[in-house]
Amino acid sequence: MSKPRDVLFDPLFNKNPIGLQILGICSALAVTTKLETVIVMALAVTFVIAGSNVSVSLIRNQIPGSIRIIVEITIIATLVIIVDQFLKAYAFGISKQLSVFVGLIITNCIVLGRAEAFAMKNPPGLSFLDGIGNGLGYSIVLLIVAFFRELFGAGKLLGFTILPNVNEGGWYLPNGLMLLPPSAFFIIGLLIWALRSWKTDQIEEEN
Amino acid sequence: MSRDSTARVLSVAFVLCVVCSILVSAAAVGLSDRQERNKAEEKKKNILQAAGLYEADVSIEEQFSKIEARIVDLQSGEFTVEFDVATFDSRSAARDPETSYRIAPDLDLAAIKARSRYKDVYLVIAGDELQQLILPVHGKGLWSTMYGFISLANDFTTVNGFAFYEHGETPGLGGEIDNPSWKKQWPGKKVYDESGKTRIEVLKGTVDKSSQDAIYQADGLAGATLTARGVGNLLKYWMGDNGYKPFINKLKTAGLKQ
Repeated sequence: MSKPRDVLFDPLFNKNPIGLQILGICSALAVTTKLETVIVMALAVTFVIAGSNVSVSLIRNQIPGSIRIIVEITIIATLVIIVDQFLKAYAFGISKQLSVFVGLIITNCIVLGRAEAFAMKNPPGLSFLDGIGNGLGYSIVLLIVAFFRELFGAGKLLGFTILPNVNEGGWYLPNGLMLLPPSAFFIIGLLIWALRSWKTDQIEEEN
Repeated sequence: MSRDSTARVLSVAFVLCVVCSILVSAAAVGLSDRQERNKAEEKKKNILQAAGLYEADVSIEEQFSKIEARIVDLQSGEFTVEFDVATFDSRSAARDPETSYRIAPDLDLAAIKARSRYKDVYLVIAGDELQQLILPVHGKGLWSTMYGFISLANDFTTVNGFAFYEHGETPGLGGEIDNPSWKKQWPGKKVYDESGKTRIEVLKGTVDKSSQDAIYQADGLAGATLTARGVGNLLKYWMGDNGYKPFINKLKTAGLKQ
């Protein structure tokens, strides 16, 4: 039985879902041009992972093995639709910017991965912590990526000007690449490199 | 009952579906008022933006007070007071057999099959003078129906602004119809030529600026040929004889008092 503390904090650096398992890359590329959208996306994903982990864990002993993936996906889809409805009602502007990517949380491998690998075998409390931990692990990577992309791509952070833009009379010439998805790949690649230099046990053996 | 028996599988699936659908419908129904309000506000904001009047720091209600909404009978081109402007919804009117107009397939450039016989139009009036005319337009893109507003200057030919407020085109490709740098090509374009023919079109590729027709043409979108074609077609439809042209002609001759 793993300790609650490890379950909560391991996904931050030791077993980061993006850094170690390389899951959830799709939305990490798509929504990270601005910190604002990332914060909402991170909250939404954390809520969905925690919610689906608890729900799956509560009924884990009832779920027939043959339809377990369908059951998990149905629960995840339900939570995602509810999040989407709430965003449309209370954060309309941001929900427009996130567009399809809220709906695509359903296909975020981290969510199904945690439901299948953890919640199916562990009690609800521990599953909840695991969900929150993995949500935070995902969030921390997205926040770092968005920080660099918004800062160097637009010269701003959360919409406030940090590096005055040449177009607006400042001195900073924005790096357009940072606003395109490939830049997220580079940043995530560098992050993984840094993470694996720090925690050398994450380096995979060469075949 | 064993955990993997057929009865168990069916009952778990059934209970799960019922619970999940109750949750989803509760969220959708419970939040729909707020969502509708957001959409209505968004629509007003888009009308203001199409007219180039939008200011971010003034309340939308206050800015919108400068704009007068009216309902037009598209066939006669005349204003009508049959409907209440505040509650009129041309999308539901297009579905209602009472107010729906089935578009003949050979005329249906916008690929919308049916439209409302009445449309809400928005007028920017200063003094007694009409300054801008803002018309709702819609039509099929690649995946979705695209809804937008086009604003015409008081010569009823020059475009002041054109933007979509709702569509489901691919982000990054067709979704680029929302890109400010694509949208900014519209102001100054002309919809009709001197003889009154509908000339506006969206090209595949970029406009040859030296061409005589450049004033009627807009750049297409790279990687989104079908979306761009849809935009061109819906403009041709709505600005044509089956769309707002009778209304525009009436406005030209009779003015606002008709």
